[in-house]
Amino acid sequence: MTKIDVHHITRVEGHGNIKVDINKGKILMCRLEIVEAPRFFEAMLRGRHYDETIIVSSRICGICSVGHQLAALRAIEDAFNVKISEQEKCLRRLLNCGEFFESHVLHIYFLAVPDFKGIKSVFPLAKTNKDVVVHALNLKRFGHYIGGVIGGRLIHSTTTDVKAMSKLPTKKELEEVLKRLHEAKEELKQGVSILKGLKFPAFERETEYISLQKKGFYTLLEGNIYSSDVGEISYKNYRNVVNEYIVDYATAKRAKHNRVSYMVGALARFNNNGQWLSDDAKQIARDLGLKSPCYNSYLNTVAQFVELVHVADDSIAAAESLLNMNLKLEERSVVVTPGSGVGAVEVPRGTLYHEYIFNDKGIVQDANCVIPTGQNVNNIEEDFKALLPGISKKSQKEITLLLEMLVRAYDPCISCSAHMLDVEFV
Amino acid sequence: MSKKPKVAFFDFTGCEGCQLCAVDLTPEQLFDLLALVDIVEFREVMTDKAESYDIAFIEGSISRKPDEEKIKDIRARSKLLVTLGACSTIAGVNALRNFYPDDKLLHLVYPGHPEIDRTTIARGVSEVVKVDAMIPGCPIDTHEFLRVVKDLLLGKKPEIPTYPVCVECKMNENTCVYEKGIHCLGPVIRAGCNAICPSNGGYCFGCRGAIPKANIESMKEILQKYNLSAADALDKFKLFLERDKEIFPDDKN
Repeated sequence: MTKIDVHHITRVEGHGNIKVDINKGKILMCRLEIVEAPRFFEAMLRGRHYDETIIVSSRICGICSVGHQLAALRAIEDAFNVKISEQEKCLRRLLNCGEFFESHVLHIYFLAVPDFKGIKSVFPLAKTNKDVVVHALNLKRFGHYIGGVIGGRLIHSTTTDVKAMSKLPTKKELEEVLKRLHEAKEELKQGVSILKGLKFPAFERETEYISLQKKGFYTLLEGNIYSSDVGEISYKNYRNVVNEYIVDYATAKRAKHNRVSYMVGALARFNNNGQWLSDDAKQIARDLGLKSPCYNSYLNTVAQFVELVHVADDSIAAAESLLNMNLKLEERSVVVTPGSGVGAVEVPRGTLYHEYIFNDKGIVQDANCVIPTGQNVNNIEEDFKALLPGISKKSQKEITLLLEMLVRAYDPCISCSAHMLDVEFV
Repeated sequence: MSKKPKVAFFDFTGCEGCQLCAVDLTPEQLFDLLALVDIVEFREVMTDKAESYDIAFIEGSISRKPDEEKIKDIRARSKLLVTLGACSTIAGVNALRNFYPDDKLLHLVYPGHPEIDRTTIARGVSEVVKVDAMIPGCPIDTHEFLRVVKDLLLGKKPEIPTYPVCVECKMNENTCVYEKGIHCLGPVIRAGCNAICPSNGGYCFGCRGAIPKANIESMKEILQKYNLSAADALDKFKLFLERDKEIFPDDKN
């Protein structure tokens, strides 16, 4: 009989537990409990002016604050039918690039890698593998740097505004951004050998993969919803995709669509849209042995690395476009009309939805934020169920590590989802 | 040589952005820091745990009954306890929900969920246990964090500015936000952020908390001069300053 009880899983963002009970090879219980304090953001957003949704919703999550800001912006633009310029689109791509670097690099090197090295945190590597730590910090700080140039700072950026970005980078700053993007790509090439050295557990379970899609593009900030089971769905109909519900042992809402669970995030995007990655990102995926479709959830970490190469390439294109534009501070006119708007964007962990209903003064009457991690919880539990029978003869310590590594592979963002993590073998 | 101080990071109700800012270090800064202190507990990036701490950094607000016990336990095991960011220092954006003292709206988010019964209003850490130093801001400024750490390691009491954001804003030679006809809380909010929001085309919404003895009446006079409504300014204070009893004297709870 094996009971596993991991209270407050470490090296994830936020608080969650894993509880597993196996008796004579039979799984009596396997749960991923999200126990983060309830946040009540949807209630707090009520009564606030539309432009404050960006300030408030950003605070849902420090690591995907840019994503929340951009989702709120998209929802407001959807509600008030605001069109955005090519300049604004390029600036948002650069800001978003900062977030993907900060988030993916933190997960790959600081949260996931220690499991493969048999250590409890990245800090011991500062003594034993200093070059790896320097490499990881360089990449992570690149995210903060580019976020700083475009957003004033990466975490809770200060320039995103419904009227358009409130500050523009100078030509000199953009040239420096371009130079550093090429340097970041060189740094990523060094990362390939580190990633190749990681022995990911063998595991496969096919599931429904959901992401945004815009044909021809590895889209992150626009497009409709795409399900690997049923195809394209309008972003407006996101509620029919997420079908949120609650369970009494968790403060994260859960989601299911065509099956009992679905997966969002880097691996879902890679499976749905991998054909549109940049050439260099495709080459890195081949070098790392990542092929679409990939049914091994542990390899979400590898898909994140591939995405970094793509995001760098996309940002090089955006920075070059901006350098060819005559940048001007924009002041879009916003005409408030009562009604609702939906914003759907890809954040590092998957598809994020914001929906607001505004009155005729632009005051929020109702708000709904659907977080990627909440959408992944069922899929993690289904992965547990598929994984456990094959590993149930292993020691409790080995089982616990494999389960923890699986949860970490999803890079859960729990403070976001508590609207989620410990492993508990009860 | 004496043993290195044991430093720990804890998080309560918050977004963990301040912890990310605290580790937004250059390789040299990180190696220097690791040479000076032992980071013994930091759940977000490490599995290790420890019994006692020389410095405990606390992120997040206290908003659940079990968290009250947890922070008291951490306090009892820490020599110095330091708040990290707006949520732990002044309850920050979490305190917006304190304007909804009844459970009706909360039940809208999690209909019938048992967790709601364990939820309290959101409070800053100093409302529950003694705090030795605070690092305000949403998020914290990494430079300010390093300065406070340095002071604490030298045995000095860390100083944070008691003058308003306007001072830094003027030093940056910005056009006053009021001149653009936009609300700004800069005149009464604690500096130390280098007026980052107004300097980037935005306005101050008060994330660092009010300066000591903030003169709200005088601020109202300036607002009047610029034809801006005092009621709208008060509404902006709601975003981060619900726990400030000078501004919101009625405890609705």
